[in-house]
Amino acid sequence: MSYKRPNFRHPASATNSIGFHKKDYEGALSTLCAGCGHDSISAAIIQACFELAIPPHRIAKISGIGCSSKTPTYFLSNSHGFNSVHGRMPSVATGAVLANKELTYIGVSGDGDTASIGMGQFAHVVRRNLNMLYVVMNNGCYGLTKGQDSATADPGSMGKAGVATMFSSIDLAGLALELGAGFVARSFSGDKDQLIPLIKAGIAHEGFALIDVLSPCVTFNNTTTSTKSYTYVRDHMDTTSITDFVQEKSEIKASVKPGEHKVIEMHDGSLIELSALAAGWDPTDRLSAINAIHKANSKGEVLTGLIFVDTDQREVHKILNTVDQPLNELEQRVLMPGVEALEEINASFR
Amino acid sequence: MSAGYGVNDFVVRFANVNGTGSASANTMFAKSIFRSGVPVSAKNIFPSNIQGLPTWYEVRVSAQGYVGRRDGINIMVSINPQSTDRDLKDTATGGYFLYDSTWPLPPEKRRSDIHYLEIPLMELSNKNFTEPRFRQLFKNIIYVGALSALLNIEREIFEGLFQDQFPGKEKVVASNLKALDLGIEYARANWKCPLDFHIEKLNLTDGKILMDGNTACALGAVYGGATVMAWYPITPSTSVADAFDEYCNKLRVDPETGKNKFAIVQAEDELAAIGVVIGANWNGARAFTATSGPGVSLMNEFLGLAYFAEIPTVLIDVQRAGPSTGMPTRTQQADITSAFYASHGDTKHVLLFPSTPLECFELTATAFDLAERLQTPIMVMTDLDLGMNDHMSDPLTWDASKIYDRGKVLTAEDLDKMEKFGRYQDYDKDGITYRTLPGTHPYKGSFFTRGTSRDEDAKYTEDAGAYTRNMDRLVRKWNTAKTLVPAPEFAWQDGGADIGMIYFGTTTGSATEAMDMLRMQGLEIDGMRLKATPFSQQILDFILDHDTLFVIEQNRDGQMRNILINELEIDPRKLIGVLNYDGFPITADNILRQINSHIPQTQHAASKSPKGDFLNI
Repeated sequence: MSYKRPNFRHPASATNSIGFHKKDYEGALSTLCAGCGHDSISAAIIQACFELAIPPHRIAKISGIGCSSKTPTYFLSNSHGFNSVHGRMPSVATGAVLANKELTYIGVSGDGDTASIGMGQFAHVVRRNLNMLYVVMNNGCYGLTKGQDSATADPGSMGKAGVATMFSSIDLAGLALELGAGFVARSFSGDKDQLIPLIKAGIAHEGFALIDVLSPCVTFNNTTTSTKSYTYVRDHMDTTSITDFVQEKSEIKASVKPGEHKVIEMHDGSLIELSALAAGWDPTDRLSAINAIHKANSKGEVLTGLIFVDTDQREVHKILNTVDQPLNELEQRVLMPGVEALEEINASFR
Repeated sequence: MSAGYGVNDFVVRFANVNGTGSASANTMFAKSIFRSGVPVSAKNIFPSNIQGLPTWYEVRVSAQGYVGRRDGINIMVSINPQSTDRDLKDTATGGYFLYDSTWPLPPEKRRSDIHYLEIPLMELSNKNFTEPRFRQLFKNIIYVGALSALLNIEREIFEGLFQDQFPGKEKVVASNLKALDLGIEYARANWKCPLDFHIEKLNLTDGKILMDGNTACALGAVYGGATVMAWYPITPSTSVADAFDEYCNKLRVDPETGKNKFAIVQAEDELAAIGVVIGANWNGARAFTATSGPGVSLMNEFLGLAYFAEIPTVLIDVQRAGPSTGMPTRTQQADITSAFYASHGDTKHVLLFPSTPLECFELTATAFDLAERLQTPIMVMTDLDLGMNDHMSDPLTWDASKIYDRGKVLTAEDLDKMEKFGRYQDYDKDGITYRTLPGTHPYKGSFFTRGTSRDEDAKYTEDAGAYTRNMDRLVRKWNTAKTLVPAPEFAWQDGGADIGMIYFGTTTGSATEAMDMLRMQGLEIDGMRLKATPFSQQILDFILDHDTLFVIEQNRDGQMRNILINELEIDPRKLIGVLNYDGFPITADNILRQINSHIPQTQHAASKSPKGDFLNI
């Protein structure tokens, strides 16, 4: 790990369509272990937000507790961050989203944070279809407390401690599908080509978007006997498709093989382009997606890519029918009902 | 040894089966007295159950305006055979036992020292109404009618009440009046009406309202500008959420678009509820939750986060009997300690103590200002008695010139003028630092909110100096809070006394009544009503000005007394606890007995009460 990041930036380095440099999306230097998967995910988030051209300060990043939850410090310094309490990021994110519907929300959690203490809140943030990107940095262990099994550790898998996991594991992507999530993806910290478009698509998606990112823990769970190691994941990866995210309709590539290609349009007009589709899998058919995951799991494979997307679901603000103006911008004169109304209320209690 | 009974001075208790519509009829009875211009207070004593168990409803009438609960039932309306034995026992000597003679009362159960009023309620109802559901409901109205004849309550008042309850439904009103008349006619034909204690119309309720505290809290949140509420159902706080929902739908919907200027989330549990509240407040929206003791326990972790990371939070705790599940439908003031010290580590919280519906309204609205000014949790400590019963109150008022205090929040313009922004820099030296909201400025003002220690610029640190500076600054903030929270109210005897009484919240009604009774006995005693923590100098001065003080509260361990001793470094022997923790609201008689047991009789002046001998209860 280096201690000082060079401030030098090439004078001709690119700006995005709203004039920001990539460094405007960076954060502080990571204090995670050298080689940690989470740092790659942070880099992918930075790249995705830069390419999407979202003003950095219009993003809010919320996390729980754990190594993964530390990462928001390492990206988007100009965004407000909230490192909350263990397993409770979804509720804090819910409050933040309700207060201001116009920001972009990225929630970062780990497999310990989400699949154990946070399992309840996870289910309900999916139910409410909160408009946010929910990134799980999934390494099958509790890194920050030194390597205990998490609930996503597979039975029989052995980390550095050398003890095989006893209990069955939770598949967060599979669970999200069952709970009715409208955007479910899985990826791998070592595959930025896949991860970056998924992050962009998840942000563009109007509603809850989950990306379960396998992110090996080099210190505690990267052994040859672990199913969450770099080697294992690379050797057992199964992809649904090659995913590309396109912001403008005009950019659609011309060379397309019919039947092997699918384009999904998001609410904001951007597009997800899927090619080399896995057999028997339809990204817009939940049953098909569930089957695909089960099939992969039964073969000991890890299904990655965009697994399912439904652009018809209403996100929480639409469900609650809130006014267009963010609630945190409403002024006293529109919130306080007035002295006359109070007199009527008093009269009703006489 | 209370004031006995007389015109405009008595207690009626109803004994019903819950789930039979009795609460509605009994409330109407209480309201009829209110509309007769006589002060009234009602207590609903209901079981933790939906249908079929005993429930009681006590109505105290007091021309003197005493609203606390009083021992001594002068009329027992016994509708539930399940509780007959107990109800007979609780009737005061010389009192009246009114019961449904469709089921005769066995002679061996009868006491010789009370009067019996028999009325065949079920029989009358069945004869005159055909639908089973209405038979049950109108049976209750029949006894209300009988009572109105016994107590001389004008029929016109009930007409008005029925019209108000069923606007435009003439047939329903007519049926209700028919039931009422059945009771009136039976009473006049069979009993001596009116009784020697009854109602005589006054004008002491002019302008006042009869409202429950939870509804008032909800209105305080509406008027106080809350836009987000997250909550989890629990007795007795659920009705705060119901009322907030009702009034937001009436008053906070944009007339042009039909869209909502609010968001209410019924969360999956109390932890999620307080998490939503904190997330919303962090992002600049006024947000709150309402819960009870068990919920506060669950919310402890988040309360510590809000305290340490300094995020505005408003929590309404409608207290009930604890510990654990306790008695979910009984009242106590038993969360004082756990709320004051909520969460691990060194924490202390601002608590507010309303004692009337008007104060529920005012203090809830104030809570949002305080939360944003102090950037900390503010807990409004009400209880089941105040929250779920109808109390007489001055009407709700709002100062049209009042402007919300949104606290120290920097805008983009403010940030432009600053070279550097430090989230936890104590620029003003009052312990309160400046915050920014997400999305404010492209490259200034962003920071990390976290529950861990951090330096003045919100950067994570484990540096000992940074940590202790921050903890000390929180104490400075606490001291600033003393100047901002509602001040205590005093009831001074002329010249000041050696003995004092300290009370808060719902003990106020009985405490002030007891104070009057003690003074009539010749005891010089002053009173102080606490409205908030932290405790200000005034509170310390009052305690130091008196030799002995009685701290009246509704919990076993004298929680407020303990906090006073801790926070103000008072000699424990100076404060004597006067406690009631059986789940019923404390009575003035009880307070009197306890205080008198500590004070030698020589301290009372030799004087008899002007009312003569007290009724022995």
